Formats: sequence, structure tokens, C-alpha cells
Amino acid sequence: MTVKEMAQTLGLKVLAGEGGLEKKIIGGYTSDLLSDVMGYADAGYVWITLQTHKNVMAIASLKELAAVVLVKGFEPDADTVELAEQEDIPILSTTEQAFELSGRLYRLLHP
Amino acid sequence: MIMASIRADLHIHTFLSPCGDIDMTPRNIVRMAKEKKLDLIAITDHNSTLQAPEVQRVGEKEGLAVLCGAEITTKEEVHCLALVETETQRVELQEYLEKYLPPIPNDPDFFGYQFWVDEEENVLGEVPHLLISAIEQNIDQVETFVHSIGGLFIPAHIERPRNSLFSQLGFVPPGLKADALELSRHTNPDDFIKKNPYLKLFKIIQSSDAHYIQHIGSVYTEFTMEKPCFEGLKKALTLL
Repeated sequence: MTVKEMAQTLGLKVLAGEGGLEKKIIGGYTSDLLSDVMGYADAGYVWITLQTHKNVMAIASLKELAAVVLVKGFEPDADTVELAEQEDIPILSTTEQAFELSGRLYRLLHP
Repeated sequence: MIMASIRADLHIHTFLSPCGDIDMTPRNIVRMAKEKKLDLIAITDHNSTLQAPEVQRVGEKEGLAVLCGAEITTKEEVHCLALVETETQRVELQEYLEKYLPPIPNDPDFFGYQFWVDEEENVLGEVPHLLISAIEQNIDQVETFVHSIGGLFIPAHIERPRNSLFSQLGFVPPGLKADALELSRHTNPDDFIKKNPYLKLFKIIQSSDAHYIQHIGSVYTEFTMEKPCFEGLKKALTLL
């Protein structure tokens, strides 16, 4: 499944990094501790978080994540958007909270 | 100009912090700081400056320089020290914290009391809202505000596994305008810089983060300045 297909199926808004919408998704990781994500998320994962700091994109790039989804309608900081465009890593958005979105993504990836 | 070596512990909690021990009263703090041969301390309770002026007053009488400040919890739950020079700046900082601290009531049985007291340990007031919550301002907004009032901005215990730059944001954000970075008492600064050479560009300080009286001065930073005061510290930080 691609990031674009996930966004369409789950009704996620694309906020930045459209260049990366064809990236393949192989899993997901839900966490708001960036140190934890650095240690445990894998390449091709979608990262579900409420953190909006630019370090999010630095870690997404370092770990080769497929996309970042911000929950609860959180908006990325301006420099976070800039990095997403530079790195072609999509930032998506939902008004749902992390529990709900994680559940729906899990079901989508493990039908 | 005669320069002296100044021992500073710039991160000390009081009884006001819900996690601060009951013995952390103005008089006890000043007495212990002097016993530990500190020349300069800063009072940095969680998201509040309300106890600091009284410690400063006692310090003045006893010949110990005390700076007012706070340990701010940013939206990312990163702890950052804000230190100020004047009472006007302290009031500005206090108003900022009250504006952005969420109105979650404190449960003293669970979190601890949030009283501040005078020299004689008479209660001067109680903060109703939980001080250890995160304020509704991100780390860049906090940095901008603290500098806008002329204060010093120092991310606290950056290497700790909780509420630190490292734990919350993974690493020190490039371009962060920090006057210094603080290490906890659990880390040797030389080893730390060896492991994190990219932080060489920052000034590194170490302070106790004392919540209990016996921890005051357990680590400190040595500065060279004319006399222990805010202006001296600001200058000395550029020389570190």
C-alpha cells in the first residue's frame, strides 16, 4: 500500500511532502517520544504522533519512514513543513486521536 | 577588575514544587547552599517563580546571591530553565507562566503540596493548578519569550531519559538559541562531550536539580566572574 492509498482510505489530509505520496507502507508506529521513535521505528513505517517540532522530520528522514500523521488536528510548525518538502516525506493530518487512527491503520495493514 | 572563581548551582527546587521536599524552605536552602560553599544559586520551581523572591531576600541577608527563575515544561514536555535578573522580569515571567499553564487542579495527596512560604515558614499562598503540567507553548516560543524579557534560557538535564531535550525531541535541535545546556548530576560533562561532539558549540553547565536539601550543591558549575550576580553569569556564560 502507498501513502496516497492510505490517506484516501483513512480520510487523511495531506499537509506537506506530496512528493513522497507513492512511498510504500509496511507498518506503523505510535509514539510522542522522539527518542523512542529513533530507537524503535523501522523504514517504511507510518509514524502517528502529536509532536509538531522540526526534529520530527529529521527523525523521519533518518529512519526512512514513509509518512508522519499528526493527530487531533495538530498543525506542523513552519520549519517542520519546510523539512517535509525538502525530504519528500508526507505530513498527513487527522482530527482523530492516536488510539483511533492507530486502530484503523492496523486493520488496514492486517486485514 | 578582580575576577573570582564562583561556584553556581543554578537549578534548585523548593517546597512549592509538588515534588519538592517539605524541608526545602527559604532559610534551609540558603543555609545549605552556604554550607556547600556555593556563591550563586537559582531557584527554579516547576512553572512558577512565586517562592524565589523570598529565598532571594533571605540570601541577601545571609550574603548569598540568589537568582529567580523557573523550570518551564514546554508543550513537548521538555524541561527548560529560565533565569531572570530583576523583579519586573520575574513578574513578566510569572504572568507568562500563569497565562499558559492549563487549569488542571492539583491533587496534593497524589502530587504533593504547592505552598510557598516566608522566612519563618508561614504560608504565603498556595498554587491551585498542577505545576508539573506542560504549558501551552513550544520550546521555540519559550526560548523567544525568555530572551524577549532579557532572561537566560537553558534546557535542563538534557541527557536524562525523562522530560529532556534528548527524550522528547531525540537530539538538540540545530540552531536552538540556548545560553547553555544543563547536564544532570548523574553525568560526567567531559565524557558527555566526548560522546556528543556535535554539542561542543554549546556552553555546558551542571546543576543539582535538588528536590531534597542534601542534594543542593551535589554538583555545580565553576564560573569566573567579578561578583556572583545575573550580569556576571551572563558574561561568564559567553566565556565558558
